[in-house]
Amino acid sequence: MSAPSATAPGKIETPFRRLVSEFVEDRLAVLGAVVLAVILLVALFAPLISPQNPYDLSKLDILDSRLPPGSKSMDGITFWLGTDGQGRDMLSGIFYGLRTSLAVGVFSGILAMVVGMALGLTAAYAGGRTETLIMRLVDLQLSFPTILIALILLAVLGQGVGKIILALVIVQWAYYARTIRGTALVERRREYVEAAICLGLSKPRIIFGHILPNCMPPMIVIGTVQVAGAIALEATLSFLGIGLPITEPSLGLLIANGFEYLLSGKYWISFFPGIALLITIISINLVGDQLRDVLNPRLKR
Amino acid sequence: MTGFAGPTLEVRDLKTHFFTRGGVVKAVDGVSFEIGKGRILGLVGESGSGKSITGFSILGLVDPPGRVVEGEIRFKGENLVDQPEERLRAIRGNRIAMIFQDPMMTLNPVLRIDTQMIEAVQAHHSVSADDARQRARDALGRVGIPSPDERLKAYPHQFSGGMRQRVAIAIALLNNPELIIADEPTTALDVTIQGQILYEVQKLCRETGTSLIWITHDLSVVAGLADRICVMYAGKLAESGPVDDVLDRPLHPYTKGLLGSVPSRNRRGSPLAQIPGMTPSLMSLPDGCAFADRCPRAQGDCRQAVPPMAEILPGRLARCIRPHLEDQA
Repeated sequence: MSAPSATAPGKIETPFRRLVSEFVEDRLAVLGAVVLAVILLVALFAPLISPQNPYDLSKLDILDSRLPPGSKSMDGITFWLGTDGQGRDMLSGIFYGLRTSLAVGVFSGILAMVVGMALGLTAAYAGGRTETLIMRLVDLQLSFPTILIALILLAVLGQGVGKIILALVIVQWAYYARTIRGTALVERRREYVEAAICLGLSKPRIIFGHILPNCMPPMIVIGTVQVAGAIALEATLSFLGIGLPITEPSLGLLIANGFEYLLSGKYWISFFPGIALLITIISINLVGDQLRDVLNPRLKR
Repeated sequence: MTGFAGPTLEVRDLKTHFFTRGGVVKAVDGVSFEIGKGRILGLVGESGSGKSITGFSILGLVDPPGRVVEGEIRFKGENLVDQPEERLRAIRGNRIAMIFQDPMMTLNPVLRIDTQMIEAVQAHHSVSADDARQRARDALGRVGIPSPDERLKAYPHQFSGGMRQRVAIAIALLNNPELIIADEPTTALDVTIQGQILYEVQKLCRETGTSLIWITHDLSVVAGLADRICVMYAGKLAESGPVDDVLDRPLHPYTKGLLGSVPSRNRRGSPLAQIPGMTPSLMSLPDGCAFADRCPRAQGDCRQAVPPMAEILPGRLARCIRPHLEDQA
């Protein structure tokens, strides 16, 4: 029997492949993605590519401190971006700082997404009092400035990588919860959910196997924005001296270290970590913006 | 399969009401019918006549504020009304399957066809993924989808509308159900595709002994497909009987009006007949016959009490005290 064929058989166009082909249409976004990839590689391989280990105190020489960019050390290493007050190579410091900043940002972003999705989906599906409780908590949290909540949390919790991740998760889960609840409320009314119920599938299967995958596009968009936000917030907290401890410096702490030298003309100690932070956040946002356009069904071309 | 000899499905005096803030909506109000093994029943009515709610009631899928308030739904002798959710879930998609109107919407857009089909098998049978895939492949072959192996790896958006409805039917067939409820499954399709699908469905029912309830507003679909037909109006059955008798010589004035509203080639040029007035609100039905206000034959006593569903001719029931007996040969 003859039946109409939809696409040429053989090449199967997955949603992922379609996403990639639409993503590369914007050059700026591709630039952002490339820069972001380089930053990720640098962060990943920081110990291999750094000229020196900036936290091995035996490698530092106080005589090399506060050298301007391009100077050479006593034993012939070139400090391309200068050194800080302890004679630490700024380039190596930035590589290691990126590593910490990205790890904290990405890890807390993923954790917050998991927590937010679980609570948001529960709210959307359970309804009633559970929903009211969760969503009022979200409202309450979103009505306070994030920096204020983070400051209070860290004042109570104390310093440490685990603690700042916990603080960032507490600050950010609400954004995910609110977004996924909205999406899930729309999705659960869709006919494929009814069809899945008619197939006799179990409730968890329908929620996590059918509704959740359809809620992912906005989650990915929120995720990129929130990771950038988490990195910025962590830098802010570290700059204020209540974020990461001095043994695990992030970009924010590096900026804070050079702060006192800014007015004495030794701009590079704060300036270059600041530029690194800026580029990181801009590239994440460029990628996030394009993802939003590509994943938005209303802007489908 | 059990050696149950009675009808596959027997619905007795089903009442599904919706308790809204504005009042009680009697969406289904005392509907009875039965369907034997391998038979096809056409459930016909306008939108809002309660035909879809009847289908959902059978599967126990009426959402609050609605619920089945009265009646029995006997599936192979077992009453499905007020069964626990777990029991109904074991029946849904396994022994009773459902096909929906819009094939664009009923497949999950982000999951591959094989994922969705394997899942449907494994929800009811503890078989390996490979066995489930084999079943899915067979089911796609049965509904006339060429090269099922490639198709299994595709996503719903890569299928045309007709192909998608075939996939939906294949999913319904996966677990060899004893009953399929099809809710206007060909309404969204081209007539040529509709014809193909009707042909396949009819063949499958004959071959497998699956009973089928075909819910539609399209009389021409039912004419070629069903054995028996039930015409619904305002939540009640207006008429039921063998499909040829009912369509050729309707007893109930509503059925006659419905048939007269279908544009026909023979009557081209003459003004199209239509039923005057509108469907009454299900919240405030008149005391007597719900159709009385639109009926050309209505007289005073039509408005006093709801006429009972009576066997006016052998095998033919109608809810009317002035049926079209003069047309009967």
